Amino acid sequence: MSTAVVSPQPTPSAATAGKRRAILLVCACTVFGAVAQILMKIGMKHFSPEPMALITNFPLIAGYALYGLNTVMMVLALRDGELSMLYPIIALTYVWVTLLSYTLLSERPNMYKNIGITTIVVGVAVLGRGKRK
Amino acid sequence: MSPVLLRSMLLVLSASFVGSFGAVFLKVGSGRLTKSPLSFLNGPLVLGVALYLGSSGLFLLGIKNGDLSVLYPMVSLGYIWTLVWSKLFFNEPFTRNKCVGLGLILLGVFFVGLGS
Repeated sequence: MSTAVVSPQPTPSAATAGKRRAILLVCACTVFGAVAQILMKIGMKHFSPEPMALITNFPLIAGYALYGLNTVMMVLALRDGELSMLYPIIALTYVWVTLLSYTLLSERPNMYKNIGITTIVVGVAVLGRGKRK
Repeated sequence: MSPVLLRSMLLVLSASFVGSFGAVFLKVGSGRLTKSPLSFLNGPLVLGVALYLGSSGLFLLGIKNGDLSVLYPMVSLGYIWTLVWSKLFFNEPFTRNKCVGLGLILLGVFFVGLGS
């Protein structure tokens, strides 16, 4: 056991905490992004280009608002974390959209999608483990 | 390959390319944030959001008459561009975990595409 290892960075723990927070923030982002997609899909079902219909299309408006919130969270995450680490995590959106489609839009589960979302989750887990070369 | 599919693929390819630059500008813009919420209106950030909107427009046009099982995985090409830009512009290292993780994610998106 080496006890006298000095890290080259001044506050490694603070930087690590920031990066971890950034990863969690992006994960939360993907949940909002998926809900936004489902809301927009529902909203598009009774889409009509008239102003009155547009401003009363609650799912569509809520979907766009969530996308806005999503972008803000993404930017806050990017401030503290690496782009190459955070950007691929957005693929988790596929996982939530698939699961929500099964439950809310009663789409039939299919094997390819299930294999796909499982692989994405494993991929994000490997990616999130970080540093090791 | 039918001209319609080729057109769709080119649209989705450009969507992934434009979107990856959107991510780069969001990253640059995020560095210019201050305590003031108004700092969200900085140039690179606004450009990043605009590129994102442009990218989703191209993507929607692309998937309109295309086969999703081909087009979905192409979207994830954007992850590869972004990995390259991260190295090039921000000098972020390629680590083994990043490459393996990204590979698995691409494979996963490919399977989700097959099921769509």
